Amino acid sequence: MTGLPALLDGILVVCLVLLGLSALLVVVRLLRGPSGLDRLVALDVLVAEFLVGLVVYAALTGTSALVPVVVAISLVGFLGSTTVARFVRRGTDR
Amino acid sequence: MAPPVSPPSESGLEVALDAVGTVAIVLGVLLTLVASVGLLSLPDVLSRMHAATKPQVVGLLLVVLGGALHLRTSVDVWMLVLVGAFQLVTAPVTAHVVGRLAHRGDGVRRDLLHVDELADRPDTTDPGPDEPEADEPEPEEPEPATRGRGRDGGGGGVGAGGGGPDGDGTAGRRGRDGAP
Repeated sequence: MTGLPALLDGILVVCLVLLGLSALLVVVRLLRGPSGLDRLVALDVLVAEFLVGLVVYAALTGTSALVPVVVAISLVGFLGSTTVARFVRRGTDR
Repeated sequence: MAPPVSPPSESGLEVALDAVGTVAIVLGVLLTLVASVGLLSLPDVLSRMHAATKPQVVGLLLVVLGGALHLRTSVDVWMLVLVGAFQLVTAPVTAHVVGRLAHRGDGVRRDLLHVDELADRPDTTDPGPDEPEADEPEPEEPEPATRGRGRDGGGGGVGAGGGGPDGDGTAGRRGRDGAP
């Protein structure tokens, strides 16, 4: 029975690596995005992946200290992206 | 960092919950990876938004479910439920704003669209409102009248009692603005 929990932990570590890889792809879009809206969407996805990574880390270590951080970031990420959208509109409106 | 994860008293139920949670987390992370590839390879803002909703809603919900199955404390489970509810409420707001701005700007490749339902073309099938002229001068005329009346009436009504500082303040501001 000691094999299965170790296997599950290994799977979670692989999940963190995959999250890092996908965050790298999103950062490429964030840097290359032709318009500000592309960068805004990429930034939203980056925030969501950061949340996912925090939850996976909490599940991996079994510590619940990061759960309030997840709540706070989910609120602040929404405010940030909606606010930035107003300024993007001012820049590229036609 | 990690405390010794499995004390010898770990029962079969806990291992099973961990396993189900890990499966949910793996599904969410795979959705996130697919969405990142789509975000990098899709052509315009709207289709990139279509890719972006995967980790924002479905992926995050799956991962939150997996994390709740792993942590299994009451406070943690409810906080993770709160995260999922926040995400369900706020993701449509952001998507609405970004999609509207993309349609107004150059975020849509219109040659890839079959139907542009938000285009500004005259709708020939809609006869439109029947008689807009009869009612139109009515709401336009009384608006300045009520505004003026409201201002005068407010000043006069309050002027009997405590309107003095109000009038002095506006007059002083007006004078300051007008002097230079």
